[in-house]
Amino acid sequence: MASLKDLKNRIGSVKKTEQITSAMRMVAAAKLRRAQSDIIAARPYAIKTNEVLISLVTRTNPDMHPLLRVREPKKCVLVVVASDRGLCGSFNQNVFRKADAFIKENKGKYEELSLVLVGKRSRDFFKRKQVKVRKSIVIGNPSYELASEIGDDLIDGYINGEFDELYIIFNEFKSAMTQILHEDRVLPVERIESDDEMVKVEYLCEPTEDVLLDALLPMSLKIFFYRALLESAASEHGARMTAMESASGNAGDMIEKLSIKYNRARQAAITTELMEVVSGAEALKG
Amino acid sequence: MSDELYMQLDVVTPEKSVLSRKVTEVIAPGSAGEFGVLIGHTPFLTTLKSGQVIAKTEDKDIYLAVGGGFAEVISDRVIILAESAVLAEDIDEQKAKADLDQAQDKLKGMNKENPEYSRWESKAREAELKLKVLENWRGKS
Repeated sequence: MASLKDLKNRIGSVKKTEQITSAMRMVAAAKLRRAQSDIIAARPYAIKTNEVLISLVTRTNPDMHPLLRVREPKKCVLVVVASDRGLCGSFNQNVFRKADAFIKENKGKYEELSLVLVGKRSRDFFKRKQVKVRKSIVIGNPSYELASEIGDDLIDGYINGEFDELYIIFNEFKSAMTQILHEDRVLPVERIESDDEMVKVEYLCEPTEDVLLDALLPMSLKIFFYRALLESAASEHGARMTAMESASGNAGDMIEKLSIKYNRARQAAITTELMEVVSGAEALKG
Repeated sequence: MSDELYMQLDVVTPEKSVLSRKVTEVIAPGSAGEFGVLIGHTPFLTTLKSGQVIAKTEDKDIYLAVGGGFAEVISDRVIILAESAVLAEDIDEQKAKADLDQAQDKLKGMNKENPEYSRWESKAREAELKLKVLENWRGKS
């Protein structure tokens, strides 16, 4: 049986852990609030931009712009958005599992598959794997500048024919408890195949179609990456908050159990001592 | 009244959604000239320059100062993707005036070659636009 001293040390260390996890929970909650208001503010613009983009692209000839050209898919790039830091439950693992599945599934389909890794964790995870890494990026603070940087590189790559298809895996923020893992195709831009009269209607463009495409396409891609970064950041904080909350709960349970054990052991020691004293006195009497 | 008499207007900026409601007419500053949209307008897409957007509803006209972007019109839906947008009723007159004064002050005697020049110029234009929109809005209502 563990000695009293051992038990006391155990309780002390679990208490320290609990303090750390509950402090982390509070920090994550504060960060989550900020991230959540950021993403809620950014969503309408991103969604509307995407709607406008899709409706423009559906109506235009794919030869109008190099970003719209559909080529035979030989080379593929997958963007994996994870986090910089760990201790956020299964947040990163879920992303990696999905990315792994994607790689496994599509390995045969493409001649070449390379990754853009966003977040230190995804860089570390894929370091040991046999995959080609195009670029790895540390997030820090998710900003539009960062999204622009990612976007510019990928836009240039697509235009120069370095790859023919672009996918992204990221977490969409639903609530602190739930994140939805997305696997979306970014390029070539999706067209709606529809017989709907609405879609077929000719579209007037001012000033001209190519000026509009030139302005709208790169911008909307960057906005899309920006949104993915924000969604992922909010999800990360949410996941961390939930994970730390359950860790604090577990630590609490453990302290309770250990305290009971400690008290029992102490009582047993006292009883033994008492018995010894009593039997000693008895022996003297006789 | 039937729903077909209204168009859904959405004005969004990267920071937030500024306006989302049913309107009867929209007047916006396209890069090729100001245009008005009524129900049943031909679908079209245009770039916007900064200027005044008026959204007409049954009972009132809504004025906005918009700082460039895109506008898409599809039958009964108008989307304005603006770099910045503010409702006339949300414009802070004091602040706009102060911004304008400050920008004009800075511009005075500044060389046009100075990289700061265009920044202050656009600030001045933005403040001017806000004040103009505010004035128009007050004149109407």
